[in-house]
Amino acid sequence: MGRITLEGVAKRFGDVEVIPPLNLDIEDGEFVVFVGPSGCGKSTLLRLIAGLEDVSDGRILIDGKDATDESPAKRGLAMVFQSYALYPHMSVRKNIAFPMKMAGMDQAEQDRRIEAAAKALNLTNYLDRKPGQLSGGQRQRVAIGRAIVREPSAFLFDEPLSNLDAALRVGMRLEISELHNRLKTTMIYVTHDQVEAMTMADKIVVLHAGRIEQVGSPLELYLRPKNAFVAAFIGSPKMNLFTGAAAAEYGATTIGVRPEHIAISPTAGKWQGRVGVSEHLGSDSFFYVEDTGLAETITVRSDGEVNMHHGDTVWLTPTEDKIHKFDANGDRIQ
Amino acid sequence: MATRQTASLARLMRAPAIILLLIWMAVPLAMTLYYSFLNYNLLNPAGTSWAGWFNYQYFYTDPAFFASIWNTLVLVLGVLFITVVGGIAIAILIDKPIFGQGIVRILVISPFFVMPPVAALIWKNMIMHPSYGVFADIAKFFGAAPVDWFAQYPLFSIILIVAWQWLPFATLILLTSLQSLDGEQMEAAEMDGAPAYSRFLYLVLPHMARAITVVILIQTIFLLGIYAEILVTTNGGPGTASTNLTFLIYRAARLNFDIGGAAAGGIIAVILTNIVAVFLMRAVGKNLD
Repeated sequence: MGRITLEGVAKRFGDVEVIPPLNLDIEDGEFVVFVGPSGCGKSTLLRLIAGLEDVSDGRILIDGKDATDESPAKRGLAMVFQSYALYPHMSVRKNIAFPMKMAGMDQAEQDRRIEAAAKALNLTNYLDRKPGQLSGGQRQRVAIGRAIVREPSAFLFDEPLSNLDAALRVGMRLEISELHNRLKTTMIYVTHDQVEAMTMADKIVVLHAGRIEQVGSPLELYLRPKNAFVAAFIGSPKMNLFTGAAAAEYGATTIGVRPEHIAISPTAGKWQGRVGVSEHLGSDSFFYVEDTGLAETITVRSDGEVNMHHGDTVWLTPTEDKIHKFDANGDRIQ
Repeated sequence: MATRQTASLARLMRAPAIILLLIWMAVPLAMTLYYSFLNYNLLNPAGTSWAGWFNYQYFYTDPAFFASIWNTLVLVLGVLFITVVGGIAIAILIDKPIFGQGIVRILVISPFFVMPPVAALIWKNMIMHPSYGVFADIAKFFGAAPVDWFAQYPLFSIILIVAWQWLPFATLILLTSLQSLDGEQMEAAEMDGAPAYSRFLYLVLPHMARAITVVILIQTIFLLGIYAEILVTTNGGPGTASTNLTFLIYRAARLNFDIGGAAAGGIIAVILTNIVAVFLMRAVGKNLD
């Protein structure tokens, strides 16, 4: 079981309030991703849940029990750190065994769990090596193994993939998702990478300056962002935001159109502009259109066969029903 | 990577330094070796003659010889024990952020700046003196008879003084090591349910192993040659209770003016030091790679 509830949890460092009081419910078995730009307090929030930081206000309930003043070890959570935090002088086997040894588990059970974890994580051949002799991806798997064997009620991941190269990151992303499907344990995952958030999460929590901007499924955030911040943060490439006359036309202070919801044409359309940089990826093409008088550049995504190049004059047409409207506070107009 | 030209040039450039060092080391060693086979007494330099192994035999049969080797061992091991254990404890204490941290750290390190004879004299006259030392005052306050440290526990007193001097060095090295410990590792261990003493045993201590090795190796080199502290406090006494090998050699050379005997003692000390060095490198050197 791993139901985690935050009730009015706040964190202050001296006079600086990094997390104003917030409420959050994490259901058992959910894969929740905390996402936000760096410095938004997502790691701090995770550390509050882990018990590595004390809350300044509010309560943390784990499975309905108040865990606010419990020590990290007693909360039954396991954490995977950004730096992996493996014990460098211990072999992989001893690293994985460490939490069980601390719990005083008997040797046979320890061995059984180590074997199972090593098999699941492809570490069987590396059990007697030291962490220093492993690659980044393998170290990451050892860190996950050390978390699994404790059979925690929830896993906490603190930007676990940010030290890996791009190819490995995609692979580990899949492995973690598979792990979640297999174990069905609650996972809380912190990242600044919205692609990781979109691909892995059941529920995304978008944080900005310590506040929760929106909680929802990846598609909900993509289709109905609550405000301009979420709209700009979720989706890649970023949503185009316009203010001024273009927005006033729709009765809003700001409007947003995703790059994939703008049609590009060499002959006719709503807004005129000139192609700046164009990126042809084969499956897609991205055009950065300048001189529209609406914004610095407008990003447009179209299919790979559209053949337009630097300096071409083009016309852009947004898909009307895909335009997001925001009021003066940046909140969504329904 | 060096090409053949740069390699030979490098050999040429470093030759003067190496040759100078070699001379610096080899000449005194050769002279000591030579003197150790002579009957050479400063009271009668004209009567210098070849002695063969007599000096070695004489030094070996001196009852003070084994006592001094034992004292040297006790002194070195005693000081190492106090400084390593104390150094780890103090390093852990001052690693935590506290009010006035900078001043506390400077105070902790300051004994290292005091010259050995001065430190020993301060301990002798102001701290351990049986009638006006601080320890005597404390003993009197509790109604106990003051201890005459240098008469009753001469070697232990010297160990205490030397340990006091070397504690800052150990603390400093161990503190830097402690500060390089990854905070996330400690947090991971905390989440893994390791209580404070387990974290110390399984994480902090292995992490500091290399620093502890450095402390032991460097201190041993200096502790084998402790001399000034003995000279200004007990003068090796009572009897030979606080005479180490260095002091024994000093006694032969400067009190008996027996250069030949002292040289033989010096050679024996060199051999013993090398034996200790081999054992040390075997025992702790593997932590250094």
